Amino acid sequence: MRIACPLCGERDSREFSYKGHALALERPAEDAGVAAWDDYLHNRDNPAGLTQELWFHDMGCASWLVAERNTVTHEFGAVRLAEDVKGAKP
Amino acid sequence: MRLAGKGLINRNKRVRFCFDGRDYEGFEGDTLASALLANGVTLMARSFKYHRPRGVLTAGSEEPNALVTVGKGSSQDPNVRATVQEIYEGLEAVSQNRWPSLDFDVMAVNDLGAPFLGAGFYYKTFMWPKAFWEKLYEPVIRRAAGLGAISGAPIEDKYERAFAHCDVLVIGSGPTGLMAALTAAEAGADVLLAEEDSALGGRLLSESGEIDGIPARDWAAAMAEKLAGMDNVRLMTRTSVTGAYDGGTYGALERVAHHRPLAKGLPKECFWRIAAKRTVLAAGALERPVAFQNNDRPGVMMASALRAYVNRWNVAPGQKIALFGNNDSIHDVAADLLAAGVHIAALIDSRAEATCALDVPFYAGAQVCGTDGRKQLEAVSIARASGVEKVLVDCLGMSGGWNPTLHLTCHMNGRPEWREEIAAFVPKVGMVPGLMAAGACNGAFSTAACLGEGVGAAQAACEALGLEAKAPKLPSAENRPYRIAPLWAVAGKGRAWLDFQNDVTVKDVKQAAVENFRSVEHMKRYTTQGMATDQGKNSNVQALAVLADATGRGIPETGTTTYRPPFTPVAIAAMAAGAADKGFAPERFTTSHRLTVAANAPQIEAGLWYRPSYFPAKGETTWRQSCDREVGYVRQAVGICDVSTLGKIDIKGKDAGAFLDFLYTNMFSTLKVGRVRYGLMLREDGHVMDDGTTARLADDHFVMTTTTAAAGEVMKHMEFVSQGLRPDMDMRFASVTEQWAQFAVAGPKARALLNEVLDSPIDGESWPFMACGPVKLGGVDGRLFRISFSGEHAYEVAVPARYGESLFATLKARAEALGGGVYGMEALNVLRIEKGFITHAEIHGRVTAFDIGMQGMLSKKKDFIGKAAAQRAGLLEEDREMLVGLKPLGAVKQLMAGAHLYNAGAEPVRQSNQGYITSVGFSPTLGTYLGLGFLRGGRARHGETVQMVDHVRGVATTCEVCHPVFLDPEGERSRD
Repeated sequence: MRIACPLCGERDSREFSYKGHALALERPAEDAGVAAWDDYLHNRDNPAGLTQELWFHDMGCASWLVAERNTVTHEFGAVRLAEDVKGAKP
Repeated sequence: MRLAGKGLINRNKRVRFCFDGRDYEGFEGDTLASALLANGVTLMARSFKYHRPRGVLTAGSEEPNALVTVGKGSSQDPNVRATVQEIYEGLEAVSQNRWPSLDFDVMAVNDLGAPFLGAGFYYKTFMWPKAFWEKLYEPVIRRAAGLGAISGAPIEDKYERAFAHCDVLVIGSGPTGLMAALTAAEAGADVLLAEEDSALGGRLLSESGEIDGIPARDWAAAMAEKLAGMDNVRLMTRTSVTGAYDGGTYGALERVAHHRPLAKGLPKECFWRIAAKRTVLAAGALERPVAFQNNDRPGVMMASALRAYVNRWNVAPGQKIALFGNNDSIHDVAADLLAAGVHIAALIDSRAEATCALDVPFYAGAQVCGTDGRKQLEAVSIARASGVEKVLVDCLGMSGGWNPTLHLTCHMNGRPEWREEIAAFVPKVGMVPGLMAAGACNGAFSTAACLGEGVGAAQAACEALGLEAKAPKLPSAENRPYRIAPLWAVAGKGRAWLDFQNDVTVKDVKQAAVENFRSVEHMKRYTTQGMATDQGKNSNVQALAVLADATGRGIPETGTTTYRPPFTPVAIAAMAAGAADKGFAPERFTTSHRLTVAANAPQIEAGLWYRPSYFPAKGETTWRQSCDREVGYVRQAVGICDVSTLGKIDIKGKDAGAFLDFLYTNMFSTLKVGRVRYGLMLREDGHVMDDGTTARLADDHFVMTTTTAAAGEVMKHMEFVSQGLRPDMDMRFASVTEQWAQFAVAGPKARALLNEVLDSPIDGESWPFMACGPVKLGGVDGRLFRISFSGEHAYEVAVPARYGESLFATLKARAEALGGGVYGMEALNVLRIEKGFITHAEIHGRVTAFDIGMQGMLSKKKDFIGKAAAQRAGLLEEDREMLVGLKPLGAVKQLMAGAHLYNAGAEPVRQSNQGYITSVGFSPTLGTYLGLGFLRGGRARHGETVQMVDHVRGVATTCEVCHPVFLDPEGERSRD
């Protein structure tokens, strides 16, 4: 696979490591309760199709990225910096 | 026999080579197969299972029969296809799978046993007794049936890997590929043309015919020259594209030095990873055999191969030749043979309505139903409605039609579709994103159609890239329709081969169907059809057609097996190029590395780092002696240890303190400037990730240390927390691990030693325990931290890395003058075990702060990573395995790391497991083995006796459970 890092350009996926769904960015409050924390830590959908996931550009710029990927075709959609995603207010 | 004519061989350059110990001569441009045929050698191999005599079947990389071993010793390459191997002066090749010789192979007795060796015979015959399979049956079968062997010696030849990027990758250089490459290149695209043959042109090199009024071969040469002259075109010959992967990535194998003697420094092969924005697949088509009785005799080959040997290499594989097929191409072959002066004894066309324009004995509506001969074809039997006629021939060219070479299009799980009018599978659009199949591999079989599709595919690729590709004037070329009447297997008794490489016959496939292996994937595995080096390139479609027939289904419903990379065999050495030995992982060395190696210290790997295990002194014969002595340095005088490998992360900014508060369980924003604090870091799931000290050098400046092992993981974690969770925080951090050399100076005489090297002396008041700050050493700006991983009065002193070696030498010499010296990892480990300090042996990923007795470090005043999850009831239960100290009591008096703990008197089995030991060392200070480990409810069990059992090494002892801090529990020594 090849991932288009917003800072470095398109690179081979071996430069990156994977962390799972981008849900990890939505950290609950300390007192959000067991159910919210259980969801945050453990519960993930397993879609056949588009998903948003976290990739870390270890061998490049050390950016955490939120990448849209199709789990069926491995095609990537938009790839954004995690800090931009977090910074974007609804 | 060599013919006159103008092939692609250089008749002015004779080349001598050796096959099976005999010397032969060929010409430059010959392959091993063409040169052997020119020398009258038709027997080149023995078959896989029945050891039947075999000759060459094809003229390309799909060859299933003529596999040879090239080279000797560690340089030996097995299973080299003689059709791909170019000859060079001094080439040595030997045949395979025969004993004692190719001509007389005792294993040919298998052929007589054939009735018992059909499909599934392994599964049926070698069932009992069970143990015999591994010890007897399998080794014997593996020796009897098989391919070539590797030498078993480590490879000394050089292999390389390389990367390439391009706008348009064109795979194959026949008429389609050449037009595609030129069209894309003229539009300004960066073009990479990969061709597995040694020359560009594809099938044009082997066929007669004209393009634009000149011989097709000359047209190809002109195109090749034109492309070679373009700056934006890279031509890669002898390069097989072996796999299509996600994102326009392709694997390719370049045979760099298989066609010449291996020169010093030159790699044998290079494995390429090509990233292409767009790809044109112009891989052509492969002719398929027809199954008929004894169709595997030496002398029976593909009609297209026969044509290639005659036209390209000017070799007549026989004196009296027959051609048999079900489509028009055999007529073209016959015309070429006649033009070359080769005698055609029969032209056999299975189509009743077929006509022949040539002056040859023509058999329409006829089939070859058998052959005579053993090591050489002697005759073919031709069946017609009127009866069977035997014709004496020594060579037969057959054609069952053509299969588009669509393998790469299926590498990403796509399935091809059946096209009835050409009786072949063709790729569907979009099976590999960014790839377009064109020409023969797309089912277009006339030269004119290929030229047109090459242009079209290149234009589509260019359009996708935003380039405008003009439509060139298409060269004029042959544009006849392709006419075929499917014929898979000629009816009749006897064995009719489908898969030559694996000795699979029509009968085997039918037998599989009878035994209900009706799925094509099951049939393949039951019969072994389509395996080994040719991966069924010559047999898959016919085998599934026979299966379809046997199961009463159509070919499309039966479907194909899965095409997987690699397209042609790739040596493991090529894929692993650069990764053997030191290429496997980078090596990291400390600034003191040279001196520790000079001191004969054995090195141990700590992640990528190399650290001294111990420093042997004169007269010491075991590591324990050295370790005990080094521990004594620290406990009684002063020891020096390089601790530069610990991760050092420099953190600056207004919110640096708040950031650390969020990362660590305990508070850092309250830490005073000039002080160090121990910190505990959790994962978000509440388990311990890492620990270490962090020093505050200024209000907005901290230096964190991580463990050696987790430095990378912690850095990545910090990047995640800062970018992904708290991008609002105003701070920045960077790893400075390699910028600073840092040494532990530990022991009662530590301060005395430091005062010899520091520009301004220190005392207990200005540098109390856990103080830190800038110092100068000989004018060099350094940092001093009063921290201790040994429990002694200790410091760590850091200088810019370029001064590391010099400082280490100075500290070592001064320590030795004070009755101390340097110590290695063994002593460091004993020192920390004596103090109950944890490492990743303890914080191994499954323990919590509660388990290691650090629940008190979980701040209640703030949120931090792991806080919520660490409160889960299950992580706070009193019967969890908790960190304890262990001292041996039994007769053995030895503790073993990894051993398990059981209650006294309990049977030492899994069900009664109470815990395990994580770290063990012999304490010269206390004169006993000490252990750290985890024990159920351990904190409440100090003083209890438990059994330790190491089931792996067979050691058992009883031990006393105690507090994990064995020495100086109050910490008075470090505060001294």
